[in-house]
Amino acid sequence: MSKVILVFGQVRNSEPTRPTLECLSLAAGLGGDVHCILLGTGAKAAAAAAGHQGASQVWANEDASFDKWDLAAVANTVDAAVKSTGAALVLVPATTHGKELAGKLAARHSAALASEVIGVSADGDGFKAVRPVYSGKVRATVKLSGSPVFATVRPNVLDVAAADSSKTATVNDLAAGQGDSRIQLVSVETKGDTGAVDLSEARVVVAGGRGLKGPENFHLIDGLATAFNGAVGASRMVVDAGWKEHRYQVGQTGKVVTPELYVAVGISGAIQHLVGMQNSGCIVAINNNPEAPIFKVADYGVVADLFEFVPKLAEELKA
Amino acid sequence: MNIIACVRQTPDTETVIKINGAANGIELDGVKLVLGPYDEYALEAAAQIKEKSGGEVTAVTVGGEKAAETLRHCLAVGADKAVHINDSGADDALAIATALANQIKKLPHDLVFVSNKGTDSDRGAVGPMLGELLGLPYVGLVTEIEVEGGSATVSRDVEGGAKEKFKVTLPAVICAQKGVRGEPRYASLPAIMKAKKKPIETVSPEGDLASLRKVQVEKLEYPPARPPGRMVPGESAADKAKELVRLLRSEAKVI
Ligand SMILES: Cc1cc2nc3c(=O)[nH]c(=O)nc-3n(C[C@H](O)[C@H](O)[C@H](O)COP(=O)(O)OP(=O)(O)OC[C@H]3O[C@@H](n4cnc5c(N)ncnc54)[C@H](O)[C@@H]3O)c2cc1C
Ligand SMILES: Cc1cc2nc3c(=O)[nH]c(=O)nc-3n(C[C@H](O)[C@H](O)[C@H](O)COP(=O)(O)OP(=O)(O)OC[C@H]3O[C@@H](n4cnc5c(N)ncnc54)[C@H](O)[C@@H]3O)c2cc1C
Repeated sequence: MSKVILVFGQVRNSEPTRPTLECLSLAAGLGGDVHCILLGTGAKAAAAAAGHQGASQVWANEDASFDKWDLAAVANTVDAAVKSTGAALVLVPATTHGKELAGKLAARHSAALASEVIGVSADGDGFKAVRPVYSGKVRATVKLSGSPVFATVRPNVLDVAAADSSKTATVNDLAAGQGDSRIQLVSVETKGDTGAVDLSEARVVVAGGRGLKGPENFHLIDGLATAFNGAVGASRMVVDAGWKEHRYQVGQTGKVVTPELYVAVGISGAIQHLVGMQNSGCIVAINNNPEAPIFKVADYGVVADLFEFVPKLAEELKA
Repeated sequence: MNIIACVRQTPDTETVIKINGAANGIELDGVKLVLGPYDEYALEAAAQIKEKSGGEVTAVTVGGEKAAETLRHCLAVGADKAVHINDSGADDALAIATALANQIKKLPHDLVFVSNKGTDSDRGAVGPMLGELLGLPYVGLVTEIEVEGGSATVSRDVEGGAKEKFKVTLPAVICAQKGVRGEPRYASLPAIMKAKKKPIETVSPEGDLASLRKVQVEKLEYPPARPPGRMVPGESAADKAKELVRLLRSEAKVI
């Protein structure tokens, strides 16, 4: 099969983001001819890594205007590449930006779209995708007909194959598409804590719940997250009480996260919380109630008073 | 301000989901169907904006006969009227977005709300599709919205810890995130009584939706069960911490 599989890549600090590498790895595994789009500052520098991951062609535009999100401009730019490459499958990381791009383009092409897939396979002339549905309680295999078809790929689920530095991509220029003047990006505010790892892409998430008793104790979670080099998460109780902003919330009405390691501290394990984290690689639960439902999904349970245990754990990790 | 809120009937998160015999759908008997929890937040935002600027909120859904119950509920929590696009087969984001777009084109609309996701299948696919099909600007996952004159100022969080703020000329399609305008209102008894008198218009979908169904659910299965976990032994907190770190390093190999 030498169908073109086009990956919409995202660039951060002149590198493809981890979800981009996951898409490339998935595409390479399907045996097609992998092309990758990279836009904005550092796009061409990031092309090398895309090549090592199996892309034969990179379509790049280094215009700094791409650093500020403009859905219409990106969609028009990517659309031109979808058409010129004759892509059969377009893979997009299932991030905030990626999801709106994929939906918009799928509608433009009257094409099939599978969201937040955790696997794709070739199926005769078309593709099949596997996606978690019903809040992760069920897995669906869906058949996508027509060409092109689109899929957004859930971050942190798929493995990234080892980079092969003998493989390189040809870098081509991609013309920038037209933006939409009806929508203007007024500002991009970076939070004080941008140094901290982002929740939805993090390899490790340390989440705190009501067991912490008050916002003044949340530094225990921050400290543990730093010790794990991970991101901070929270239960809804914590968010509703105003200890943390909503963007930290994990669960049905928050983020769905799938890190390699999820550490739940003082969280009871309500179903609405579990649907946001139960597909994590390894789950550690720390709770003083041995009957807490969180232990049912935990790989490692620790029955302890968090105020005593968490500082010891942070210390042990640094040792 | 004429506001459309696109709402979806979904299984309650707390219901046990059972795969049917043919493994291509779920057993619907006993499944509690509710207004999508995210749709409640979008509807609340719509109602608050309308209460400030005047106009009407119309809840629109695509679904079979049962979907009407969800619309009745919407009429008790902020919607003034409702349109039921009666179609039980439109189970594909593109087909649903097309049915919605064709209907919304016929209704006055300054602002179209969708929400983040249902509890069943997709995640934010209908919104951007709707924006494209209506030829309107779209912003996803909005956590703040202010409407002033002919435009809306919206903010949202994106990966990497940044907050984007956009100014959007109306009409536009906006996907509301949880809590965009606080907690959804409670359906009070008087509101429920009033809702019974509000109109629900039932229409057939327009356009050839069948040809747009390009996604076919082939098989459903339960995810592999997690291997049973175990309790980390130790006399003291320090012992347990030591043992946990050892397990994470040498057994789970995640650190
Ligand atoms: C429609 C809907 C949507 C929802 N969405 C979400 C969502 O997205 N995310 C979410 O998290 N929840 C959500 N919820 C809420 C959910 O049902 C729970 O109420 C919530 O997850 C509980 O938060 P918690 O575990 O922090 O608090 P609690 O349930 O109060 O649990 C606190 C835990 O801390 C333990 N603890 C107390 N003291 C200590 C100590 N000293 N040391 C160790 N452990 C201690 C206790 O044993 C207990 O298990 C939703 C609910 C509804 C109805
Ligand atoms: C097991 C299973 C797998 C599926 N896989 C796919 C797939 O891969 N691709 C695909 O295209 N479809 C798929 N579907 C069909 C899916 O039901 C529709 O795509 C549906 O639109 C998804 O809506 P959602 O609320 O889950 O998510 P979204 O599409 O993200 O819905 C977000 C918002 O869009 C609006 N909206 C959604 N549906 C309606 C509606 N019926 N009426 C009014 N407003 C609505 C609401 O505001 C909602 O909150 C699948 C269905 C099932 C049961």
